[in-house]
Amino acid sequence: MASIDLKNIAHSYDPTAEDPVFALQPFNLHWEDGGTYALLGPSGCGKSTMLNIMSGLLTPSHGQLLVDNKDVTHLPTTQRNIAQVFQFPVIYQSKTIYENLAFPLRCIKMNKHDIDRRVKEVADLLNLTNILSKSANSVSADTKQLISVGRGLVRENVSAILMDEPLTVIDPQLKFELRRKLKEISARYGHTLIYVTHDQNEAMTLADQVVVMDKGQIMQMGSPEELFENPSHMHVGYFIGSPAMNFMNCRLNEQGIHIDDHFVPMELDGIADSAALNMGVRPEYVSFSDTPVANSVPAEIVEVQNLGKYAIATAKFGNQKVKARLSGKSKLPSGKTNLVLHKEHMRLYVDGHLYSAS
Amino acid sequence: MSIVAENINLTVDGEAYLRNVSFELPNEDFFIIVGRTKAGKTTLLRLLAGLEEIDSGRLTLDGNDLTKMPPWERKVGMVYQQFINYPHLNNFENIAFPLRRAGLPEDKIAEAVNKVASVLGVEEFLEKLPSELSGGQQQRIALARALVKDSKLLILDEPLVNLDYKLREQLREEFKNIFNDQRERLVIYSTTEPAEAMELNGTVIVMHEGEIIQIGAAEEVYNRPANTRVAEVFNDPPMNLVRGVVEGNRIHFNQDVIMALPDHLQTLAAGRYTFGIRAADINLQPNAYASEVQLGEINGSETILHIKLGDISLVTEQEGVHQYDLGASASVDFDLDQLYIFDNNGDLLFSPAANSSVEKAMQDQEKDN
Repeated sequence: MASIDLKNIAHSYDPTAEDPVFALQPFNLHWEDGGTYALLGPSGCGKSTMLNIMSGLLTPSHGQLLVDNKDVTHLPTTQRNIAQVFQFPVIYQSKTIYENLAFPLRCIKMNKHDIDRRVKEVADLLNLTNILSKSANSVSADTKQLISVGRGLVRENVSAILMDEPLTVIDPQLKFELRRKLKEISARYGHTLIYVTHDQNEAMTLADQVVVMDKGQIMQMGSPEELFENPSHMHVGYFIGSPAMNFMNCRLNEQGIHIDDHFVPMELDGIADSAALNMGVRPEYVSFSDTPVANSVPAEIVEVQNLGKYAIATAKFGNQKVKARLSGKSKLPSGKTNLVLHKEHMRLYVDGHLYSAS
Repeated sequence: MSIVAENINLTVDGEAYLRNVSFELPNEDFFIIVGRTKAGKTTLLRLLAGLEEIDSGRLTLDGNDLTKMPPWERKVGMVYQQFINYPHLNNFENIAFPLRRAGLPEDKIAEAVNKVASVLGVEEFLEKLPSELSGGQQQRIALARALVKDSKLLILDEPLVNLDYKLREQLREEFKNIFNDQRERLVIYSTTEPAEAMELNGTVIVMHEGEIIQIGAAEEVYNRPANTRVAEVFNDPPMNLVRGVVEGNRIHFNQDVIMALPDHLQTLAAGRYTFGIRAADINLQPNAYASEVQLGEINGSETILHIKLGDISLVTEQEGVHQYDLGASASVDFDLDQLYIFDNNGDLLFSPAANSSVEKAMQDQEKDN
């Protein structure tokens, strides 16, 4: 396994054009040896372009790809030593499961004894031991995908394993087992694993570090907790978490921030007068009080939706609409009330980016 | 208009797709079919649209046999999982299509198309082709065409399933208002997600393996699942179901997990039961029962933990995003105020929503029978 560096990588499918359009905006990323990463974003965000650059199907128009500090940008796929598991099972239907797992090893001319050892190890890990002699076309779709994963894992010396939406074909009720297996594999074997997915659940569940992408840009790389608690961009606050983070447009004065008539004292510097300011707070960090308290603002409830295990209340003050997530068991607010914004969880965004004191 | 089904059976290649299905759908209501994949949702919707034939049973519309009526006479609007539009027509013409077929004058067509386009927020795309739009926008066009049509029955078969979760979130909120406004037609919507049914807030039909297992208002089904299968299908994650024995004012879930009966359950007779507890009602708290984390999943703003409490597999849910290693230990406790009780046939005996003692709940149950 290996560390991976993406240095000043950018990609345009037509780089010689006068004003080239970039499918991937310039970025730098460092991925640790043995880490589990996910590229997360909707279709068209650039994650497939990035995947193709790593697997060698695409040479980036700018920048370098380093595997263990060795430049592999121009090496063909076959010389990169990166395994890939695709969205749909890629297996030899006419061969046995054993032969399917052994095939990548036969290609690198491993001796019979070692092949046998390695196939049995991987089969054991994936609970395929009892069906190794079965034909690969006789098993269910999720077992086929498990065989695909096994084929990705079977070579011991690969630098990294790329997983492209590996759970797409799996029945929702069976996803748990496969997710658990994948987590177990990364915890036990220390592979460098890279998932590519549009599914936030899969990315946040499987990866230690999630790279949130949008429109060819890397918005943030962080642990699931960091993405939730400290989104570095408004897009991340919107995309991670459901319902999304609340954003309230606000104004600056010397002592702090005005959200309509609500004043939040804050020490700020280096913010341009022309900057667009938004205060972000997650619905989990908004509550209500019958009587005014510190940091509360008079507000009116405009909608309450009881979803059973929790309720979403929408409150209005001035020109602001704020959603709060409340326990389904608590008393639900109505009419005129006081909205409490939890100050330690408020995040200020300057032109879309998280403010941090310089 | 009302549609009545009586004991409908439908078999395909020896496999039962619908089993003894009975219901009554009055007009001017909004129904949501909830069930897992292969529960029979699509088959039931296709049957109503006239695209399936039944083996036995009766299906009537205002007392007349509906099975004899061809699909084109049923005045059905349908929206599918896939975004289906006419690729060669622009979005205006896609929406206008049923109106042109009905021979409406040009000014009426323009008026109707613009009105529905503004409800669905697609006015600015009317001159474009469907292929120039995102998935969410394409599905809005398909929905606009179904809404603009003078249909008596509007069918939506998992319309959000192929959209990403942020779009689902947004469209769900819009759908709630749109469908609760459709009082001149019958709207039937299907989904695998109970949260979607709760948010859309209509009358819920819960299906499982070709059978209807409960019909009722969304909140009622949530609060009083008729049996353990409803408790599983209509909760995400499925409600935890744990067998236990009540003996001497205690519930024995296994040798080590023994809890005192809470006050409101004191009158529960000794014996075997199946207890139901929602994931959100298993709390992480220190010095309680030690469990081992099998997997931590993060979904939206929730962390779902799959845990093992000795030989009992459970799912818990916490608000917020938290990371757990495989095999980590977690101390958990049940919120016994939220405990459901099912009998040994799996039928509901007691719901915490009953707000009364178990004795009264059991008496009510007997009266019902």
